[in-house]
Amino acid sequence: MSTITVTVNGKSYTKEVEGRTLLVHFLRDTLGLTGTHVGCDTSSCGACTIHLDGRAVKSCSMLAAQADGSILTTIEGLAPGGELHPLQVAFNDEHGLQCGFCTPGMIMTAADLLSQNPNPTEREIREGLEGNICRCTGYHNIVRAIQLAAERTAGVPA
Amino acid sequence: MIPQKVDYKRAGSVAEALSLLSANPDAKILAGGHSLIPAMKLRLNSPSLLIDIARISELRFIHEQDGGVKIGAASTHHDIVSNATIRELYPAMAEAGELIGDTQVRNVGTIGGSIAHADPSADWPAVLLALGATINVEGPAGAHDIPASEFFTGFFSTALEEGEIVTAITLPAPSAAHQSAYKKFMQPASRFAIVGCAVAIVADGGTITDAKVAFTGVSDAAFLDEAVAAALIGQPAIPETIEAAANAAAEGDIHINEDHFASQAYRKHLAKVYAKRALVEACGL
Ligand SMILES: Cc1cc2nc3c(=O)[nH]c(=O)nc-3n(C[C@H](O)[C@H](O)[C@H](O)COP(=O)(O)OP(=O)(O)OC[C@H]3O[C@@H](n4cnc5c(N)ncnc54)[C@H](O)[C@@H]3O)c2cc1C
Ligand code: FES
Ligand code: FES
Repeated sequence: MSTITVTVNGKSYTKEVEGRTLLVHFLRDTLGLTGTHVGCDTSSCGACTIHLDGRAVKSCSMLAAQADGSILTTIEGLAPGGELHPLQVAFNDEHGLQCGFCTPGMIMTAADLLSQNPNPTEREIREGLEGNICRCTGYHNIVRAIQLAAERTAGVPA
Repeated sequence: MIPQKVDYKRAGSVAEALSLLSANPDAKILAGGHSLIPAMKLRLNSPSLLIDIARISELRFIHEQDGGVKIGAASTHHDIVSNATIRELYPAMAEAGELIGDTQVRNVGTIGGSIAHADPSADWPAVLLALGATINVEGPAGAHDIPASEFFTGFFSTALEEGEIVTAITLPAPSAAHQSAYKKFMQPASRFAIVGCAVAIVADGGTITDAKVAFTGVSDAAFLDEAVAAALIGQPAIPETIEAAANAAAEGDIHINEDHFASQAYRKHLAKVYAKRALVEACGL
């Protein structure tokens, strides 16, 4: 066991973890933040995507211990006061989800993309979503939602 | 999918990582973990101890050195592709790095981990071979250098000895007329290379004076294809030269991989096609 301290969605936690505990299980089972999903066993689907020190990562492919000392944001952290993040509003407006299983990961990846490239082209959005799989939508409305969020937030610092 | 029980220690320095490694023969170095953790989840690998080197600051740097660039082993793929000097001096590095996995993988995976793992389909090995890189290594016997051409010894195998770690990768200064390119035909789901070709050429006044052509995905390990290079050196940088040189790719006494994505014959064909594309780009044709 080791003790880790992480800041998740603005709140600091110090917890005991087993060496083998995956970060996604720490978030879901230890902290109860079940918005981060597990969609595969092969590091492919991106449903587990969160931000680690500001960058999108697959939390199923990391140990909780690797995150010790880091600042994490999960999908729950995007709407802290209950007011939806522009990406969440845009996914709603553009029908960017059907079952919603992939959505937290899609939004966390998109948030990283927009923070680096506030005005991405359609192609850049599609390439940026390479690590996220959606079995429902066919991606078009996800891409449109990200375009809409980019338009609405253009020039507005995140 | 949960790994077997394992201890975790974060090393604060290279010296600490080396001493932990020598004291624990079943330990494994952990960098990004993006090859090792998936393998541990599948229980293909079950070390007793993980020695995390990802946050050792003396391993995470990119700086210019003697006209070339030295890259710390714990630099992520993203660190590398977003470095302006690397993009300018070695276009093949940027092209290859941008095609590794996806954003999330590039944010975490490291170049040192990629080459130590030596997946036969990994992208960096081919580029490092074509650019004539040197792998800087440290171990119980001290520090030493291994040319990339001697580093990748076989299927998931390298010249690293027990207890050694990669500390950095040194890219030599490119000469004035140096150009490089990387092209890959990727596995559509994992984005690993079915065939990847890295080329580095020097074309002086229209004549190719030096050339290195390397493949990944084609054989057990990334390799330099000497026959292609030989067909380029001394020749004019024109389409006919490239056509002839590319046709020499993956011939001779080379074991060609085969799997359910690509037969041997198809891989051989792809090697020629991707050699041609990479050479056309490097020659600016
Ligand atoms: C979904 C997905 C897609 C991917 N697609 C691609 C792709 O298209 N192309 C590609 O090239 N790769 C791809 N990868 C692999 C990725 O690039 C890995 O990050 C990389 O292969 C390993 O780097 P790491 O830092 O994660 O190493 P780790 O997983 O931490 O380590 C890998 C191995 O190297 C050893 N090691 C690590 N660092 C050192 C060191 N400094 N010295 C000595 N030994 C060390 C470890 O002990 C372990 O055995 C993909 C991975 C995933 C999960
Ligand atoms: S659960 Fe992490 S990539 Fe699928
Ligand atoms: S909305 Fe169902 S998986 Fe994407």
